Amino acid sequence: MVIKFQNNDKPVRITGAKDMPPMPAALGSMRQNKTGSWRNVRPVIDYDKCIKCFICWKFCPEPAIKIVDELPVIDYDYCKGCLMCAEECPKDAIGFEKEGK
Amino acid sequence: MRLTIPEHEIMTPGHLACQGCGGSLGMRYALKVFGKNTMLSIPACCWAVIDGPFPYTSVNVPLFHTAFETAAIMASGIKAGLMVQGKDTTNVIAWAGDGGTFDIGLQAISGAAERNDDITYIVYDNEAYMNTGIQRSSATPHGAWTTTTPVKHYKKGPKKNMVEIMAAHRIPYTATASVGYPEDFCKKLEKAKNTKGFKFLHLLAPCPTGWKYDPRYTIKLAKLAVQTNYFPLYEIIDGIHYKQTMKVKERKPIKEYLKYQGRFKHLHEDEVQFFQDFIDENYGILRTKLE
Repeated sequence: MVIKFQNNDKPVRITGAKDMPPMPAALGSMRQNKTGSWRNVRPVIDYDKCIKCFICWKFCPEPAIKIVDELPVIDYDYCKGCLMCAEECPKDAIGFEKEGK
Repeated sequence: MRLTIPEHEIMTPGHLACQGCGGSLGMRYALKVFGKNTMLSIPACCWAVIDGPFPYTSVNVPLFHTAFETAAIMASGIKAGLMVQGKDTTNVIAWAGDGGTFDIGLQAISGAAERNDDITYIVYDNEAYMNTGIQRSSATPHGAWTTTTPVKHYKKGPKKNMVEIMAAHRIPYTATASVGYPEDFCKKLEKAKNTKGFKFLHLLAPCPTGWKYDPRYTIKLAKLAVQTNYFPLYEIIDGIHYKQTMKVKERKPIKEYLKYQGRFKHLHEDEVQFFQDFIDENYGILRTKLE
């Protein structure tokens, strides 16, 4: 089993219990698990309609919506495509398209 | 920019929850309010999986996996250990599903409540054992389909009223919350954080996998549960003072809540009416206690 730790790009080969770290690799280290590959529809924010209410940010269970320069931005590395943001948007500013290849 | 809930994130993306999970949303809010000075005790439940396999973790705070029935007692132990070390300000949260609270963890939570240990117990209620394959629990509502209560023999009998059981222990703070109303939930978490003694929060967390609905309706269902009086939001101080935190002006018919969910698809008109009467009766009992 080969594990890549968050702060160390060199993969570590784990052959038994003796190679396991005594503590979790790093707090919040599941970040290396890019869940964006689970998605089959891709939500897209239309910034012309956005009123910056941040309801999409509030209801994202990942959280895959970040606030960058006072605007909600979807992080497609982690978005699983549940479309809760599109459903809750009061201005229908979040549409979705089918995920391509 | 006006945000209604705290901005900083302690939970990280990349966790293993299903799409549209209400439980992961609940954890996100809870950690936002409780901050980094927190320790978690998690029994076997969905969150034991969501957090990730061993060397990895998806929360930025220490997390302790415990046996199924010991979430509350482990949190008590962690708190006692921290007290000995002089770390009195560290918050300890027991975070359990409805199986680990309503059925299996009941004796541990009752003991911790009776001793009035200074911990916060949050149950995220998805109304069945979702992690192991949707088996019925005592939190499953009347009429619901699960794999152990199939359509022909759907569950007959109501959901256990856990909030009343905890209020009967006369603990300092008991409340119900829904992921559809995060501001209300955050306010209750803030109150729980600033109260000494045993705090119990009952959080309704819709589950797209087990309730059989499109993941996009999670928030809609969490809101409808409150608006139909199926899951009224209130808090109980010292086990006697009831206060409603979310007043519903005109309750919506329960049909609107049921129609989105595949697990209630088999219910006939008269069974829906029975459900409606049951909810109205339950809410009537609660209303006599509200101040």
